[in-house]
Amino acid sequence: MAGSKTAPITNPRWLLAELTYRCPLQCPYCSNPLDFAEHLNELGTDEWLRVLSEARAMGAVQLGFSGGEPLTRGDLTTLVRHARALGYYSNLITSGYGLSEEKIVELRTAGLDHIQVSIQAPEKTLNDQLAGTESFENKKQVARLVKKHGYPMVLCVVIHRRNIHQMREILEMAIELQADYLELANTQYYGWAHLNREQLLPTREQFEQAEAIAQEYKKALQGKMKIYYVVPDYYEDRPKACMNGWGTTFLTIAPDGMALPCHAARELPDLRCPNVRDMSIRDIWLHSEAFNAFRGDEWMQEPCRSCPEKAKDFGGCRCQAYLMTGDTRRTDPVCGLSPDRHLIDRIISAAGQSEARPLTFRNVRNSKALVPPH
Amino acid sequence: MTLAATTVPTFSPTHRLQWEESQQKYVILYPEGMVELSESAAEILKLCDGTRAFPEIVTELEQKFETDGLTDDVREFLEIALDNGWIKDRPHH
Ligand code: SF4
Ligand code: SF4
Repeated sequence: MAGSKTAPITNPRWLLAELTYRCPLQCPYCSNPLDFAEHLNELGTDEWLRVLSEARAMGAVQLGFSGGEPLTRGDLTTLVRHARALGYYSNLITSGYGLSEEKIVELRTAGLDHIQVSIQAPEKTLNDQLAGTESFENKKQVARLVKKHGYPMVLCVVIHRRNIHQMREILEMAIELQADYLELANTQYYGWAHLNREQLLPTREQFEQAEAIAQEYKKALQGKMKIYYVVPDYYEDRPKACMNGWGTTFLTIAPDGMALPCHAARELPDLRCPNVRDMSIRDIWLHSEAFNAFRGDEWMQEPCRSCPEKAKDFGGCRCQAYLMTGDTRRTDPVCGLSPDRHLIDRIISAAGQSEARPLTFRNVRNSKALVPPH
Repeated sequence: MTLAATTVPTFSPTHRLQWEESQQKYVILYPEGMVELSESAAEILKLCDGTRAFPEIVTELEQKFETDGLTDDVREFLEIALDNGWIKDRPHH
């Protein structure tokens, strides 16, 4: 194992339970893997109940139910009830599409703590176009019902070139819906977003204008609405502290039971991620090769290895290093000290120059066409 | 935010205060976030149940820990808690 032996292994704090890859929407920036259609063999209810218990025993306390669309699972309420009994703080990360008032109440009674509703754009045409489904009015209604039933309301909007010019309208929509939290998540380029990057990456100018507007509202709304602004790391000079360090905090379980140190890690070659069908969460976290692969700093190359900032950003994102350079151990090319930074700069300078190609929507048909089953 | 003597600090219904066995400390949980609390912070927040005004919280803590002069420390922490939305400022009627 390549991980540093000196640093003690910390306990997981966050469990992301990706219950399913099924989803009624088709967002072209979806972070699910391109080959999701090959992994539709979902864990059963009993298996999820065991995963929740075992991860809780390891110290996980924040729990995200996501997907795909977690509402497509008929056993969601059962899982929520179990999570509450174990003492998790449960977050439902949903498109909101098709969520009835009855279900909102049922989940509340079962102990769900919060619902995050994602909206694609602040107006119907673009929202429905990006979602690949008519869903705008329905989502807004769901946001109001979430609020009505006493949940903290978190609105999430993924930002990219198609909607970044609507930043002001997005913020006004959040105010209108009385969101308690607004997550303005600039697209992170993995999975489908990586595939559609040319069509999604904003220009530097667009990004700077939008950020100024977001900061202006953030100040004005202090104490009323918390705004989380996820920066697009391509426009930064240092990488994000990915996953707060590999195998330190986050545990993702994919719909088919694969355990991932980060939800994009399925794209990494030779990682041999373990499956909860074969191993306990404890063994996965402490002893699996995948979770130890990038722990500590022994795996690092230069310039990270001798960099004073390595304890702060852990050398950045392994998935991004791999996607850009083909080498999982290299410095995240976003870093200004990386010898590969020119790869990012080239992508940035090409941003906005290519409107012609259509977006590739995330659906089973496209997944199968992109990655033919072996 | 500043605190009045009549304020009845009430723990926010959209946050959760919970003992974490694996961390051996109290934490506040909220959408996609968590704050780990020191022992004294947790002791203060446990009294923010909507039945005690700010001075009563101070008195109770002073009795419990057999000390005095806690007013400023408690005020300082409660103002942070208000700013973070962990407690609500519910004035006495
Ligand atoms: S990003 Fe869109 S397509 Fe992907 S899981 Fe979420 S709602 Fe579905
Ligand atoms: S060289 Fe590596 S450790 Fe140093 S700032 Fe860049 S990514 Fe971080």
